[in-house]
Amino acid sequence: MDKTGPQQKLFDSAHDEANRCVQCGYCLPACPTYISMGKESASPRGRINLVKLAAEGKIDIADDLAQPIDLCLGCRACEVACPVGVPYGHILESAKEAIADRQAQRQPSAAGRAAAPAGQQSAAARTPSSRKERWPDRLKRLAMTQLFPYPGRLRAAGNMLWLYQKSGLGRLLRRTKLLSGLSEPMAAFEQVLPAVEPPHKRYAWGSVFPAKGEKKARVAFFAGCMMDAMMSRTNRLTIELLTLVGCEVVVPGRQTCCGALHAHQGLKAQAQELAKANIAAFEQSGADLYINNAGGCGAMLHEYGDLLAADEAWAERARHFSEKSKDVTEILHQYGPLPFTRERHGVITYQDSCHLRNVQGVRTPPRELLKSIPGATFVEMEGCDQCCASGGIYNLLHFRESMNILDAKMNKANVTKADTIVTTNPGCLLQMRLGVERKAENREMEALHIVDVLAEACGLK
Amino acid sequence: MEQHILQELRTIVPEERMFVDLAERYSYSYDASFGEYLPEAVVQPLNAGEVCRIVKLAGKHRIPLYPRGAATSLSGGPLPVEGGIVLDMTRFAHKLIIDRENLLAIVSPGVITADIHKKAEEVGLFYPPDPSSSHVSTIGGNISENSSGPKGLKYGTTKEYVIGLEVVTPLGDLIRTGGKTVKNVTGYDLTRLIVGSEGTLGIVTEMILRLIPKPKARMTLLATFDRLQDSGHAITKILSSGILPAAMELMDNACIRAVEQFEPCGLPVDKEALILVEVDGHPAAIEEEIRQCEAICYEQGASQVRVAKDEREREELWRARKMVSPAITQMGPTKISEDATVPRSKIPDMMERLNQIRSKYQLNLVVFGHAGDGNLHPNIITDKRNKEEMKRAEEAVGEIFAAAVELGGTLSGEHGIGTLKAPYMEMELGEAGLSMMKKIKEAWDPYNIMNPGKIFPRPGQIKVVLT
Repeated sequence: MDKTGPQQKLFDSAHDEANRCVQCGYCLPACPTYISMGKESASPRGRINLVKLAAEGKIDIADDLAQPIDLCLGCRACEVACPVGVPYGHILESAKEAIADRQAQRQPSAAGRAAAPAGQQSAAARTPSSRKERWPDRLKRLAMTQLFPYPGRLRAAGNMLWLYQKSGLGRLLRRTKLLSGLSEPMAAFEQVLPAVEPPHKRYAWGSVFPAKGEKKARVAFFAGCMMDAMMSRTNRLTIELLTLVGCEVVVPGRQTCCGALHAHQGLKAQAQELAKANIAAFEQSGADLYINNAGGCGAMLHEYGDLLAADEAWAERARHFSEKSKDVTEILHQYGPLPFTRERHGVITYQDSCHLRNVQGVRTPPRELLKSIPGATFVEMEGCDQCCASGGIYNLLHFRESMNILDAKMNKANVTKADTIVTTNPGCLLQMRLGVERKAENREMEALHIVDVLAEACGLK
Repeated sequence: MEQHILQELRTIVPEERMFVDLAERYSYSYDASFGEYLPEAVVQPLNAGEVCRIVKLAGKHRIPLYPRGAATSLSGGPLPVEGGIVLDMTRFAHKLIIDRENLLAIVSPGVITADIHKKAEEVGLFYPPDPSSSHVSTIGGNISENSSGPKGLKYGTTKEYVIGLEVVTPLGDLIRTGGKTVKNVTGYDLTRLIVGSEGTLGIVTEMILRLIPKPKARMTLLATFDRLQDSGHAITKILSSGILPAAMELMDNACIRAVEQFEPCGLPVDKEALILVEVDGHPAAIEEEIRQCEAICYEQGASQVRVAKDEREREELWRARKMVSPAITQMGPTKISEDATVPRSKIPDMMERLNQIRSKYQLNLVVFGHAGDGNLHPNIITDKRNKEEMKRAEEAVGEIFAAAVELGGTLSGEHGIGTLKAPYMEMELGEAGLSMMKKIKEAWDPYNIMNPGKIFPRPGQIKVVLT
């Protein structure tokens, strides 16, 4: 096997890290795919070993390594369980990059486009896609290069979704089962999309919202590409809650997608470009802290320092950016208490966002905030620290595997007798909404973003 | 392996529980010890019937079989050293019954040990064996290796809790040994023979475990000593004073420094040793016992003794011990973890011998362990890519074993022999002793298909080779 190209790059970037694994197996019970699939290649220890072997040329990057890596949710619960601190997240991303590179070598037409940075596609990128490309891959590539990096396009898509929901077209499609004929996962998720707010309620880029009462800090709000397009109501309420605890909130105009989806798909160069755009946009805001409300994006922002560590011009700026990035629950908890005005009855349970819990280490603030709501009963769910198998777009790409994990989780959610399952990330929220649809025993059960729950208790609409 | 044999195997286990792809096979090529051995196929049996048919097939074609639990083994127990078929037993986990009237647990081999702890404790019962990997390891693996953890001193080891087994023999027959009674003298004690046989005499498909009432309370102290010798004396004095602690853990200076460097928790880095003593039982009784232990430690020259006042403080004291593993792996990527065990009274001598070995071979050797039962864990921290240092480590390992045996101890207290200690078996057992064991193996497993390449040295093999 050749010692050049993707293999050498994988060896240089991941072999030492993979070699730190002592194969003790302590990660096995923490891994949702190992538990549901029941085989070693679906475990962190197994995957790390395969990366090591691929780097050594004992197995092939595309034929042998790609599938086990592709089936990883990237929840990083294994990093918390690991007694020797193996940086699984880095190893995973190096592997994804190597796989993307190897596939680009083999299929220069399709994958080459995916690897090209946003907005700089070659002429080849505009030719019709190869017949070999499966539809989920095609969708993924198009979204990654043409949609996520462009907040304007995403907002337009969100507005179209609003129109689709309001006009009754959605109901029509569902009745005719047109979507489920096209794709089961698409149909499943279409059903559980939250209602989109009308376009006139959207906040404007560049706005500043004054603090209510004494000003404690100036914060810049990271809107997130999906959150901004599909869940702008939650974003608006996030801003209002922040002002209630004394934050002056600015929404930097030139911000863009965090790049997490790109990094997770092996498109590191694109992720780095997006990171730089965000760093520049937020530095101009003059804010003390950068606040986000999506665990998955937050984790990426938290790791900009690592992502750009090798880039001399940006390393220092990226590190500062990461230090200033916080989840909204951390700030509401720190600057609270929130001025609650109404009681919430019933049982609340909380499903951790893996990237909030495992990467950013935020576990207590969301729980404390929920417990502080007047009238509410908080019940911890067994396995709340285990991934719901949303995994970015894992649930679209690996629908069956994802639903196996989700259904097992819902059995545990049912035990809590909760009326509300709270999450802190849009992907998890959609997944839990689907879980409720599929398996909830309590017909009243609903899945909500923590901001929506807190805002309601504060009388915000 | 020929296609027709794989075809036959497919008639026993369905496609989704049989792996022949390269990546899948490589995923069963290792455990937590050393070496990488590629099996030819991996199967995941779910019941004894499937195991019987697999074993018969393997016997017919003389194919090596390697039963494997969670592969947390530190001695190479599940490694498929001669290829063949790995039997991944982790999915064979459907049964975990707690029989409260008879104080028993009846379990399938793939059940995780910590799940037995949890289920038993839910009804006020207790399964004492607790290897540090018990939240990962399977009970089948624990029984095959007879691994026990820190509570051996007061509660005995795994073999004291296994009173009945269902076993698939190397000929593919299903037998039962022992039963549900604590007393049983009918014939040879095959249960004890199978426990700790490291999968060389058969595959356990069900086990009956003895449970005991859960102790009501526990108390813990941590004592530090300027001199290692004094800590050894404190340990023997406590044990001869009529107190039987549930656990007695020892850490040497290298170990204390490693932990303190990894995560500062106020440990005295200038002290030669620290010990953790835990007593359990009736609250009134242990209150008195822990005070007595404290007094004895001071009498024997302890520089400081801390008694935990509540559960939070208890966890804080144990934290130092639990940090040992992560702390020492920060010192290098390769850890050679030994478990040589000596009679309790010889612990100070063994510590002295380990010191000499450390300076002679210039190695990063740290020592901790279950001092109460003489089970020490000398760990050599190195890097397997450093061939020269690995050679020195090999020599040092041989000397550690020699020291343990000379002091009246044994090669292995709980990790098992596997591949790593096989070369030293004759050193402890003598030629005739080893030959008797071989005769048992030959009688049980005439085709030598059950975990071959383990326990017994190859002809002429007298030391371990790690590189």
